[in-house]
Amino acid sequence: MAQINIQGFQIRGVSSVVPEHELSNLDYELLTMSERKMLIKTTGIEKRRVAKTGVTTSDLAIQAANKLFDKLKWKRNEIEILVFITQSRDYYLPSTAVVSQNKLKLPVSCIAFDVGLGCSGYVYGLSIITSMMKAGGLKKGILLAGDVSTVSCNYKDKSAYPLFGDAGTATFIENTEGTNNWIFDLNSDGSGEDAIKIYDGGVRNLPSLESFLEKEYSGGIFRNGFNLALNGLDIFNFSVTTVPKAILSFLNLNSKTTESFDYFIMHQANLLMNETIRKKLKFDKEITPYSLKDYGNTSSASIPLTMTTMKGLNKEVSLLISGFGVGLSWANAIIENNPIEYLLLNNYEDE
Amino acid sequence: MGIQDLIKKLENELDEVENGSLTPETSIRDVEWWSSMHALVIIALIDTEYDVAISGADLKTIFTIQDIFNVIQEKKKNGSN
Repeated sequence: MAQINIQGFQIRGVSSVVPEHELSNLDYELLTMSERKMLIKTTGIEKRRVAKTGVTTSDLAIQAANKLFDKLKWKRNEIEILVFITQSRDYYLPSTAVVSQNKLKLPVSCIAFDVGLGCSGYVYGLSIITSMMKAGGLKKGILLAGDVSTVSCNYKDKSAYPLFGDAGTATFIENTEGTNNWIFDLNSDGSGEDAIKIYDGGVRNLPSLESFLEKEYSGGIFRNGFNLALNGLDIFNFSVTTVPKAILSFLNLNSKTTESFDYFIMHQANLLMNETIRKKLKFDKEITPYSLKDYGNTSSASIPLTMTTMKGLNKEVSLLISGFGVGLSWANAIIENNPIEYLLLNNYEDE
Repeated sequence: MGIQDLIKKLENELDEVENGSLTPETSIRDVEWWSSMHALVIIALIDTEYDVAISGADLKTIFTIQDIFNVIQEKKKNGSN
């Protein structure tokens, strides 16, 4: 088990920005009304936010960061590291983090790079940024996380289309040299690479005219090569077997139980899956928050987005967070934190 | 566990099913409301209640409630979970 222990970090603020435009799964015409109701009940996803064409993850995340700069009064020239977790970058190159460094008016001395992870990405991101800050003695860092996933989902793919929403988030992290502990457990299994995949557009399958051709898959599902393909059953089985086992051994290794935490915040995949994990681990419903109903699966933004919908992080807390999915990749963390000063959730404002 | 216990749990879990309407011979795929979502609901139920993981390959062998019961028994016996 690859475990990373880091001392003395605090999340000072978390900010989410979501597109204003909302879609309801009750209006999804490819399903009958009773199927729509079944879908909402099972996945827990009623509504999703969808970015306008041309609005990118960085547009959302930069606005989220700017809102926190306004509140926290951090000086932009104090920021020494910016890590951007996304699988829907602005350009093939350069890195979205570097573009964002300039747009956020951060100094050129700032470290900035992207990490291409999805559902596990926020937990990975916290470990990456704090590890580098610890090693370099850096004081202040920004973790941006999110995706505009809706551009990749085909309306005629009922196995994926109703699940995803768009969001960008910013988390401001300070190295306080205090004694609180953050512990990370990070994992990967590329044998499951086909479970969630966009096949074309990378170097393996270069974009071609054929990439645009829509093909029919089983059960009246249509996709082209740039669309996200999701094998629901594989993901489901991975999530309800591998993930709880990993969390349990992580807790055992660190002499923790479900009682040790104020909140268990999971990646928001779908309610049936998340509830199965929760029940297997015997976490109380009251300490397991969800934002699925209004926002769907927002990829690496789902944990910070959920944090910004919660009450209760305005006190000293011990959190268990867990991200799992595309890769396959899964990551858990124990986060001890002082009251988080600002938790902001805003609609995207056109610029 | 007995098959009646499984039937009771399935009847509780599935909104479309009335209590007392399922038998071991009921073919779950032949009911008009069946969808892939129901498959996931049943897999989740079996995972939570019996700690048995049903794979995609298992699912292909399952047609009736008796088939579900047999897969659970088989997996419990082999300790394959």
